[in-house]
Parts: sequence; structure tokens; C-alpha cells
Amino acid sequence: MTIPQISVFLENKAGQLADITGILSDNQVNMRAISIAETADYGVLRLIVDDASKASSILLEQGFILTMTPVVGVSVSDTPGGLSKVLGVISRAEIDVEYMYSVFGQKDGQACMIFRVADTEGLTELLEQSGIGTITGEALGIH
Amino acid sequence: MERYYQKEIETADREQILAWQNERLVRQVSHVWDNVPYYRAKMEAKGVTPEDIQSVEDLHKLPFLTKDDLRDAYPYGLLAKPLKDCVRIQSTSGTTGRRVVAFYTQHDIDLWEDCCARAIMAAGGTDEDVCHVSYGYGLFTGGPGLNGGSHRVGCLTLPMSSGNTDRQLQFMVDLGATILCCTPSYAAYLAESIHERGLRDKIKLKAGIFGAEAWSEEMRQDIQNKLGIKAYDIYGLTETSGPGVSFECSEQTGMHINEDHFIAEIIDPDTGEVLPEGSKGELVFTSITKEAFPLLRYRTRDICVLSRKKCSCGRTHVKMSKPMGRSDDMLIIKGVNVFPSQIETVLLEQGYPANYQIIVDRINNSDTLEVMVEMSPENFSDNLGKITEMEKGLVSALKAMLGIYAKVRLVAPKSIARSEGKAVRVIDKRKI
Repeated sequence: MTIPQISVFLENKAGQLADITGILSDNQVNMRAISIAETADYGVLRLIVDDASKASSILLEQGFILTMTPVVGVSVSDTPGGLSKVLGVISRAEIDVEYMYSVFGQKDGQACMIFRVADTEGLTELLEQSGIGTITGEALGIH
Repeated sequence: MERYYQKEIETADREQILAWQNERLVRQVSHVWDNVPYYRAKMEAKGVTPEDIQSVEDLHKLPFLTKDDLRDAYPYGLLAKPLKDCVRIQSTSGTTGRRVVAFYTQHDIDLWEDCCARAIMAAGGTDEDVCHVSYGYGLFTGGPGLNGGSHRVGCLTLPMSSGNTDRQLQFMVDLGATILCCTPSYAAYLAESIHERGLRDKIKLKAGIFGAEAWSEEMRQDIQNKLGIKAYDIYGLTETSGPGVSFECSEQTGMHINEDHFIAEIIDPDTGEVLPEGSKGELVFTSITKEAFPLLRYRTRDICVLSRKKCSCGRTHVKMSKPMGRSDDMLIIKGVNVFPSQIETVLLEQGYPANYQIIVDRINNSDTLEVMVEMSPENFSDNLGKITEMEKGLVSALKAMLGIYAKVRLVAPKSIARSEGKAVRVIDKRKI
């Protein structure tokens, strides 16, 4: 079970991020998670939103460069060692994590982390077998 | 007291210079006609034969040569001597098609070095001087040219080549260099370094001969003040031999063209018409003494003005102003010739859109080159590492093509300014 992520190219100049969040807000798109990776000159904004196809077509119309990538949502116990346990399982299976970040808020003592790996199916299978489990888009309010 | 390397030639009267030019031009045209089929075909296409060229007044009848001809004829098409008579090549940077390869007989080298010797003596050089040459040695004409000239004057020559500033300064101090030859930007950099290290009292420099790139009068004043020297300009291009085609004298108001070797014309770059003396236009050179690579009416693309006003130094050869610009889109960055089309080629090869902007600046007296490239959907990835990898690949491909470092800046699509639908490819912020 994967979740659609939108990655947008950001030039490192004032107002770029505000422009994007403004466009999403004007179009009633709700953000569920956000992460930015950057160099001195540019960056990549990664977004999980409630309506990825609507958000991506609006941003494309506005001339942004973006790409859609399937990522895996993982339920992590919101207690000390919660993330460590998940990473231990992934590491033992020798799966490389390209990057990860967290979803806003938590529910019933469980936080949600977004994982980007090359082999999403392999990770999903591994997590199910290990009893950790993945989180569906629906559970995050994504339709 | 003004010093000359070849006083009789350098101070010859106008009639004498014209007599040399007439005689040598006629001889050169028949040498080219007989030995360079490429140029002969151009003459034939224009209906001109060697008989039509009896004096400098007939020069305008000859066809021009351009950088495109050098590309078409690369590498041997303009060679006028058998290879066994040639002893050297020199070359410009740049890739095939833009690279100039010039051939020299020993005689050509002798005359070239004479020209450089004239420049060194005009800057006050004698056999008692220590001449520190920090131009690059190798294919670039700067090092070999001034090195040869320095030998002819009898200076103790320090063949430093470029780079390694620590070593440059150490030799300059330990061996008491009195004349410095390098690009003006490197001179300014050395001046800064000398100032920072408190070496000002330990150097014995009295003069500098700085060329291969454009520099302003302000930069001259700055270098002169910082080093306590007189800074002289020198001009040349690989196509015509290298540095020493023209050089400054004590008056520092323009560069005397060695008219016994080169005939200079100023033309309208659009029509090719020869312009009256004193007009601003494109500089065209005819080499009248070169044997191996004798270019007739070569268009330099440099815009300047010629002046025959009497010079206080006693030299009678015509003076050219500093080049005021180019009639093509070539940029000279850190002394290296750069064409925007080279950058475009690399971008297309690397899968980037040909939508780019080149920003040239001069920071701390050193040229900088930045290429703004628009991000495209094909090149974009959610993985920042992949983008930086591609960026690095582009930087090395540009370095391989241009021979100098270019900073790459990835920008948002359609963010490169366009004026009236036409992209502004080059922004040169240097105040020269």
C-alpha cells in the first residue's frame, strides 16, 4: 500500500514556498506532511496532500516542475525507541532508505513516518511480515 | 630615456614603413596564392589575382578570413609551408571548431619574439632586468611569446607559468624580479597577495606587461599604485602569432602596432567596408612576414580605433586603442575565449533545455562565469542527491569544453528573463 508524494523543484529565492502553499490553500488542498531538502541554490519540496492529483495538476498549470513518487507510510509507536525499532528491521533487511520524514500529528499513541525507498513493495511486505504494518492513504485522510 | 629593441624600424618614417608594407604585401599575396589553395579559391571567387595587389592601397580587394574559415580549414588548410619547415604550433583553448592552431617556422618564431622584445624594451626592459613571466606556458601563446622576447632583450628570464602564488611570490622576492608579465587580473591578484603578506618593500618590480584580456584604466591605476610600477598593455592573438602584435610605450595612450609585420585596417563589421582613419570599427590584420600561417585580412572581431597622432616616445607605428568590445559574441573570461554556443552545445548534450543565461562578473579582480540553467521535468527528481550529481556532471562537461570553471545555477522553469521574446543569453557585469 503506497501513498502518492508530490516533489516540487524550488529555486532558492524569497517567496517560492509561500507561492506554493498559497496556491494549495486557494484550491482547498490540505497538506498532511511536508519536507524540504535543499542546497545553497535550490531545493526539493516534498508534499503529502489530501488530493494529490488535484494538487499536482494545479501546480503543473502554474508552471512548477514536479514529480509524483510512491512512498510508504509506516506506523511508529510514539514512545522512546519507536523509530529505532522500525529502522532496525529495515536495516537488517538491507533496504536503503533514500529519505524519510514525519506526518503532522499522531493518533492513539502512533506517529506516522513517510519512507522513500527504491523497492516500495519489498518494504511493504517486510513491514507486514514484521508486524509493524503500513498506513493507508485513507487513514491519513488522503483520497 | 626611451629604449628601443629595433630603433630604426620602430622610429622609421611613414614612407619607409609603407615601402616595407608594399613590398612585403605583394610578396605575401603571391606566397599565399601559390601555397594556400583555400585562400586562392577565395581570391578566385572574388575575381582577384596576385597581379591586382600592387600596394597597400589594393589590400581592400582581398577577401577576408574569419574564425569560420579557420574552422573549415582546420588543421592544415591555411598552412603555407611544408610541415618539415615548421617547428612549433601554438593554440587557443576551446574545442575543435573553435580552436585555433597556428604554425610557425623558426623564422616566424624569431620575428614573433622580436615583437615581444620591442614590448619589453618599451616597458623599460634591458639585459639587467629580471623578467618574471607568469603567463601560461604551453599551447597558450602568452608564456612562450614573452619568454622568447625576454631572452632577446637579454633579461634573466623566470619561466614561472601560471598558478602557485606562493612560489610566484617567493621567486619574485628571492630573485628580485623587476618586470612582471601576466594577465592583468593575475597581476591584480598578485598585488593583493603582496599587500596582504606585507611584501611590498621586498619586491623590486618596476614594470608590468599585462595582456590577453580586457582591463580598464582604473585597473591600471590600481595595479600601478599597489605595486609601485608602470603597467603596460600588450595585444595579440594566436591567429597572428600571439602577444606583441601591438604594445604600449611610455606614453600609455594606446598600443603601437608592429606595422613592419602587420597591416591593420578598421572596417565596418556589418558591411566589411574599410573605414577612414580614426573611425571606430573592427580591427583586421594582414600578416606580411609570417611564413607558415600567413593570414590575409583576418577579422579579429575586436572593435577599436587607430591613431597616427605623433607619439612622444618617438615610435612612428600606428597606435590602436584598447579593444572596446567585440563584433561577435565571443567572451574573454580569465583570458580564455568563450563562445555562448559552446555552452549551449554542452547543455543540449547533457539533456538540458537550451534555455540558459551566462553571467560574467569580475569579483576581486578575477573573472567569474555562472551559467543559469532552467530545470526541466526530465532532469528533475525527488532525490536531491540525483540532482546534485547531474549538476556536478554538467560542471565537469563545461570545464572540459571551455577549459575554465563555470558555476552552474539551476533555476525554476521560465525564470530566465526574455526581452521581446528573445532570450538575453549573456549578462556581462564586468566594468571594463
